[in-house]
Amino acid sequence: MMSTYNVTEKKIATREGFGHEIVELGKKNKNIYVVDIDIGKSCKTTEFANQLPNQHINVGIAEQNAAGLAAGLATTGKIPFISTYAVFGSLRMLEQIRQEVCYPHLNVKIACSHGGLTPANDGGSHQAIEDMGVLRTVPNMTVIMAADYHSTRKLVAKAAEHYGPVYLRFTRDTVPVIYGEDEEFEIGKAKKLKDGKDIAIIANGDTLHLALKASELLENEGVSVKLLDFHTIKPLDREAVVDCLSTGRIITVEDHNILNGLGSAVSEVVAEEGGAVVRRIGVQDKFGESAPYEKLLEMNGITIDNIVATAHSLLK
Amino acid sequence: MTKPSIEELKQKAIDLRQTAITMIYEAQSGHPGGSLSAADIITALYFKEMNIDPANPKWEDRDRFVLSKGHVCPIQYAALLHRGFVPMEKVHTLRQYGSPFQGHPDMKKCPGIDISTGSLGQGLSCAVGMAIAGKRDDKSYRVFAMLGDGECQEGQIWEAAQTANKYQLDNLIVFVDDNNLQIDGTCDEIMPNLDLELKFKAFGFDTRRIDGHDMQQIVDTLDEIRNIQHGKPICIVCNTVKGRGVSFMEDVCNWHGVAPKEAEYLQALEEIAGGLK
Repeated sequence: MMSTYNVTEKKIATREGFGHEIVELGKKNKNIYVVDIDIGKSCKTTEFANQLPNQHINVGIAEQNAAGLAAGLATTGKIPFISTYAVFGSLRMLEQIRQEVCYPHLNVKIACSHGGLTPANDGGSHQAIEDMGVLRTVPNMTVIMAADYHSTRKLVAKAAEHYGPVYLRFTRDTVPVIYGEDEEFEIGKAKKLKDGKDIAIIANGDTLHLALKASELLENEGVSVKLLDFHTIKPLDREAVVDCLSTGRIITVEDHNILNGLGSAVSEVVAEEGGAVVRRIGVQDKFGESAPYEKLLEMNGITIDNIVATAHSLLK
Repeated sequence: MTKPSIEELKQKAIDLRQTAITMIYEAQSGHPGGSLSAADIITALYFKEMNIDPANPKWEDRDRFVLSKGHVCPIQYAALLHRGFVPMEKVHTLRQYGSPFQGHPDMKKCPGIDISTGSLGQGLSCAVGMAIAGKRDDKSYRVFAMLGDGECQEGQIWEAAQTANKYQLDNLIVFVDDNNLQIDGTCDEIMPNLDLELKFKAFGFDTRRIDGHDMQQIVDTLDEIRNIQHGKPICIVCNTVKGRGVSFMEDVCNWHGVAPKEAEYLQALEEIAGGLK
């Protein structure tokens, strides 16, 4: 079924969606906890801490401890959301997540702001370009990155309902609001925004609006574009990938290393099913540096122009 | 369960040691040294102190036990077998495919395991999470954690300790099995722990140092701290001997992760039967 969407002038960061939704969820369910690691202000959990202090824990600057502590909470029936930056939430506590969260399949959510290149001016040390790929390879983990404010709220709520480990990636910079607030989302089920026969564009997170714009430009040239939002990269919606094969050409777009992220996940299915050429747009296996976010996207070809140019090269 | 006497607990410790060594012998794989050093503390916890129900391992008001030094699980498995959490016929399945008795504790496979462990330095964080939940939910359960002295070299232990202090977890009781041996040698030569009691005290714990093989002292200490409500987590550093109860294993580094051969096994059983000297 096709999704309804309407790109508006309104822009808001997905981390705000998490901050707003987690308060609502926490009020409804006293088992929802937030475990902060001293960056509640930038991860948008201070409102939760203020309104629901009994469901809030701040462990200070100690990520590894946060993961084990959340696992302990989960064994008592709590639903902890660990909140930190993506680079720390995925890599600094990776082995703890593997051992104490994923291996025993506990109900812990890793909810991370500042995913991808968005901690732009902080430089390469703070940009998370490997996070989803790394966590995608850990059994029992679900990996989600929503594209806008409303989809973030819906998917945070879905993650809370879903039993088991979930990695949720939010970002720092504002992005256009794409979906209506009543749009429904399902973990593991891609959203089809456009159906077309010449080429398929698959995007997620903050790159979806770029893909949308590129698809409009292509359509103006008479190209028929299929456009999908893969907000869940694990479990990957295989059926939705197979649905793209009829176009014979797939472009993936992501703010993540092209290795082991959305592009790799889609390519795995295409390799197994056959029938299409894949081009991956994303971080070209290199670290970022301090620069404005837009500049970093440009450096890596994560742009509307490059999506269009890549489409042209495939359509030749 | 009626409360056993010191003599009965000493006999239980013999049973547990024999069972653990039998499991490791049959598997020809496992960690005898640390299992034997932890045996007396585990016995006192499982057969006297902890409020647990073998018929209902997930009972939400139960006391919790976190074996952070997960490699010594044979001694915990022995306690779970003798306490009736797992049927005795499973004693022969250590480290076998499909067994509740994985090489390191697996909460999804073995009844009575409160958290999966095995990667050192992580268990105390889990115990802190359980203890915070107990406080927030106004539950009376306590959380017992056992750490190895070697694993106290992991920084995460101290991250967890500072959190236990911040949240005033007097429902958390930490035992350190201080046998001064790790895989490559003594802790003193590999990475000196200095005085672990002093370290935990500096992190805000109420601390004790006891003989971890003196059943009377273990029980007296547990009696003494049982109803404490002073807002401090408790740490009991236990002087122990790796391999305790088997002469040729005592204080010998190589018995960290080696299974006994038949003659060694039979001698071990016999020596353990004689009780701690």
